[in-house]
Formats: sequence, structure tokens, C-alpha cells
Amino acid sequence: MNRLFFIGIVLAAVFIFTAMFAPFIAPYDPVQPFDYYDTQLQREVTLKNEYPSAEHWFGTDALGRDVFSRLVYGARVSLFVGITVVLIAGIIGTIIGAIAGFYGGWLDNVLSGYVFNVFLAFPGLLLAIAIVAFLSGTNPSPTDRMRHLIIAMCITGWVGYARVMRGQVLKVREYDFVQAARALGASNLRQLFVHILPNAIQPLIVQASLAMAGAVLAEASLSFLGLGLPPPSPTWGTMIDEARGIDTLTNATHNLLFPGIALAMTVMAFNFIGDGLREYLDPKQRSR
Amino acid sequence: MTETNGNALIKLEDLKVYYDLGGGGLLDRITGGSGERRIVKAVDGVSFDILKGETLGLVGESGCGKSTLGKALLRLTEITGGRAMYKGSDIAHLSGRELREKRKDLQMIFQDPYASLNPRMTVGNIIGEPIRTFKLADSKSAVEERVKEVMETVGLSRRFIKRYPHEFSGGQRQRIGIARALAVDPEFIVADEPISALDVSIQAQIMNLMKELQQEKHLTYLFISHDLRAVRHVSDRVAVMYLGEIVELAEGKSIYEEPLHPYSKALISAVPVPDPEIEEKRERIILEGDVPSPINPPSGCHFHTRCPYAIEECKKIEPQLVEIKPRHFAACIRISPEHPRIEDVARE
Repeated sequence: MNRLFFIGIVLAAVFIFTAMFAPFIAPYDPVQPFDYYDTQLQREVTLKNEYPSAEHWFGTDALGRDVFSRLVYGARVSLFVGITVVLIAGIIGTIIGAIAGFYGGWLDNVLSGYVFNVFLAFPGLLLAIAIVAFLSGTNPSPTDRMRHLIIAMCITGWVGYARVMRGQVLKVREYDFVQAARALGASNLRQLFVHILPNAIQPLIVQASLAMAGAVLAEASLSFLGLGLPPPSPTWGTMIDEARGIDTLTNATHNLLFPGIALAMTVMAFNFIGDGLREYLDPKQRSR
Repeated sequence: MTETNGNALIKLEDLKVYYDLGGGGLLDRITGGSGERRIVKAVDGVSFDILKGETLGLVGESGCGKSTLGKALLRLTEITGGRAMYKGSDIAHLSGRELREKRKDLQMIFQDPYASLNPRMTVGNIIGEPIRTFKLADSKSAVEERVKEVMETVGLSRRFIKRYPHEFSGGQRQRIGIARALAVDPEFIVADEPISALDVSIQAQIMNLMKELQQEKHLTYLFISHDLRAVRHVSDRVAVMYLGEIVELAEGKSIYEEPLHPYSKALISAVPVPDPEIEEKRERIILEGDVPSPINPPSGCHFHTRCPYAIEECKKIEPQLVEIKPRHFAACIRISPEHPRIEDVARE
């Protein structure tokens, strides 16, 4: 097995495990500032922008919250949004693309000629910003915001799958065994779901894992731009956003560094998986 | 039109299959296109009968439209014009349910035994699919029993039922393809180059299997091939196709021994003889040039651009199939029942 593919799998597994068991892994509350009793000052103090130490592995942020705990909980948001978007956008895109490719004719002309291109013409992030801003009022609850993020990213994301799927179906539907199925009286749905889709889906798997990286990144970008979950919810994008003041940048770099590394590693992991799958599924690239 | 015979199972009348490649619009002219609408005339007005119980061989070069014709007979490709009569109904105009019902009677064997079987289905599922679709067996075990029967008919062991296509050799896979076609007990089978992807030693096996099955089940075949010797071996009658048109149609023996149309002459002269002495003396007619594109094909007789006997009229008149000799039809305006040999006509 490809070494990078293996690294990708391991990293992704670590992040998914972290997200699933966040309450058990995070040493502190991700939202509450960490106070402790200073014996010299004889009062409660909040440790702000504290450097990494044995107690706070990744330090504390400007409000005195534990960065490591926030990162752990942030993985939940990133991965949940990512996986949901990939699933929903993937299913919608696959179905629409398959219909366009299979039925062809005017339907395909309308879908791939106009609808796909209209969606591709918008810069994805810009469209997502507009949709989130449109859906959320001034003070959305975290769950509402999460839903709006997912909707916005599905609207901008499905067309990628649809395009890949349309091309695949166009190719596979001309295969002799599909023609044979048609000659043997198989219904359109049966041809599509039994004969075409299982033989056309492979590039979609690659597309999905690369899109997973894209979705995590997009969620972080939207959070960075203030369209993520409202504070104090911990997300990686929000953490980077909060750390971008010049004071924090120079005096408490860890606030920016750790969420940045987490984000980069997640994106990298899914990209490795995508590339590895592509190589594995394409027999021409397989060296054996 | 060529043969008014009550025995005809399938009757083609001026059958046309065109593919519209578009073009000819405003955009095409702006971007420097020819300004002409590009239409591929894959099958351009074909009329003949397929008699019950016979094997009709269909030969021609690659790209002449023979596969398209075969697919059109099963409506695997849409028919642009003309009629294809099967038992009193026109295949070209059947819709939805009627067409599915007819597909039980009309089947196809495909050229590529690797591409024609779904790699993700077991042999049992591949052969069983049409049985389930048409509800030819009522229970799961009955379907399986029937699949096994069909497998044995084509010479496959019933033990293979759970295996996947990639576990078989080319010849065995072609047998699976034949079994799938036979599973619905069809009357007519289009065999689209069924042997050209196989080793020579396997070719004979498959041809003989097809012949045996024909006798056993009273099948009618349209045997499409560019292998003239194979066609001769299996066919009762042979039709020669060139650029979407039938140029000659006759019984196998007479077309091979005495081809009338100049294209058939050239085609048949290209068959090698498995005897070095005869092979050495054999005269070959070499045609000049390539087959013209079926996009906007030549006017008149499509063959006039390469025909050594072409005259001015050939560019204008579209030749029809005429009975030059008893049961021997050719489409060439230069020959007639009185003067069947084109060499003689050309000499005068």
C-alpha cells in the first residue's frame, strides 16, 4: 500500500476518534475560561495567552480557555460538517449527474449546459457566504448556523459530483453489458442502478475524499469570516479568526499555530486518502 | 421488396439510421465550420428479408454500418426512418411496454466477451436477469434451475453459477453471452461479430455451438462479421454492405463463387485461400482510396468514388437492389439480368 495513503488513513482515523470521544479526551471545558487561585495574589486569576505547559498542552487563548480542549471539540464541528456535506452533496450530485448522463437529450442539455455551468460560474465561497448570510438572521443558534452552513456548502458542492458522474454514466451506458441488459428488457431504473452505477462510482469515491478536505477547509474559511458557529462555540476557523490580532500573533503564536496545524493535517489526510484511492482504483497507475 | 416470400421472419423496408452530429447553425459558421449540418448516415435505406430459420450473413468493412443495422433491429439504437417488420408489427414504432415484450423474441450476442458481461455480477445473475425480468420462472430455485439448464446447453458446467466473469476465458465468456441470449427462448438473434474477439481455435467452437443451437431451437440468425470465411461457413445467404447500403444479396455459394457487384468482387477477392499454390496465382482486386466518411456520403451510388467501372451516371442515380440472377440481387446500375458481368459491360 502507498505510504502516503497509509498516513492519510491513520491521521483521519485519529481525528475521527478525537471528534467522537471529545468529552473524554478534552481535559477542560472548551468554553469556560480557566481560572485558578493564585496564592501570591490571594485571588482568582484567569490565565490568558499562556504558553504551552504541562497543564495546558497547547496553551490558553486570549480569554483564558484551554486551546487543546477547544481543538478537540472543534474537530467535531469540522468533521461533522465535512462528512454531512460530502454525503448530502454526493448523493444529490450523483443522482442529478446520473440522470443527465443516462437520459441525455434536452434534459442533459439543460442540466449540464446551463444548470451545472451556472453553479460552477459562482466562486463557491462567495455563494456560500451569501447563502449563510441569507439564511441566518442576526442571532442564529449554533445548531441553526450549523444547518445553514451545511445547506450552503451542499448548494455549492453538489455540482462537482454531478459533473464527474455525468461523464462516467455517459461512458458506462455505452458498454456492451448495459446494451445487453437493455436488449434483455431491463427497465431504465434497473439499467441505471444495477448495471451502470456500480461500474461508474469509482471516481466518485476519489471525488468524495478530496471534497471532504475541501469541505473542512470551506467550513474553516466561513468560520474565519465570522459565518461559522457563533462564539463561544469552538471551531478551528473561529479560533484562527480570534488569534489574528497583531498582539496575539506576536505574543501568543500558539493560538494561531495549533488550529492551523490541525486544519492543515486534516485537509492533508483526506487529500492523501483521495490520491491513494485514485491510484488504487486506477489499474493503469498501479505498480505491481 | 427484394423477395416476396411468406417465410420472412423480419422484413426491412427502406430502413434508415442517421446520427445528427449537429453543426450548420450560426455558431458553427462563426467558429469556422463548414456551415453544413453533419449527419452520419450509418444505415441509409436498407431493404431485405430475413427468412425464418436461416442464417443471414452481413459482411462489410469496419464503419459500413453493419453493427448499427444489427442494433437497430433490436431498437438498441433509434431508427430514423423506414420500417422493420417483425411478425406484423413495426419494431421502429413500438413503444415502451410493447418493445420490452418483443425483446423476449429478439436477442443479441455481442462482439466483445469482456465488455458484454457486467463485471460485478455472477454468472448466475447475468443469465438469470432476463428470466426474472420476464418472469419465466416463478421461484428463486426455479430461476436457478433454468440458469443451470441454459448453461449446460451452451457447454458450461453448472458448477460455475456462482463465479464472476473475470474467472473465465474468452471462449467461455462468449458462451455465457450466448446463454444469456438463449435464456428467454428467442426466435431471432443478432450475432454482432460474435467470434472476432476470440482465438481462431475457439472461433470454430463458438460457430459450431451456434449452428447446433440453431437446429435444436429453430433460431434465425443475423450473423454480422468482417470475417468472410466465417460468414461463408455459417450463412445460408449473405448480404454485402457498403457505407450504409446493401450492395449485394445472394445465397452464400453464389456470392462467393460469382460476386456481381464490383465492391463484392473486391471484397471477396481479398479472402486468402489456405492453399499456397492457389494463393499465389490468385488475383486480387485492390481498391483505391479509403472508405469515404459516412458523414454526408457520396451522391448517387456510394461506391462510385472507388469503383473501377464507375461512369458519370453513377454519381447521380441511386442504384436499387435488382434480381440479376435467380435469387441473386445486386445494386449496380451497370449490370442487368441480360448483362450480369460488369467486366463484359465495361469492355463494350
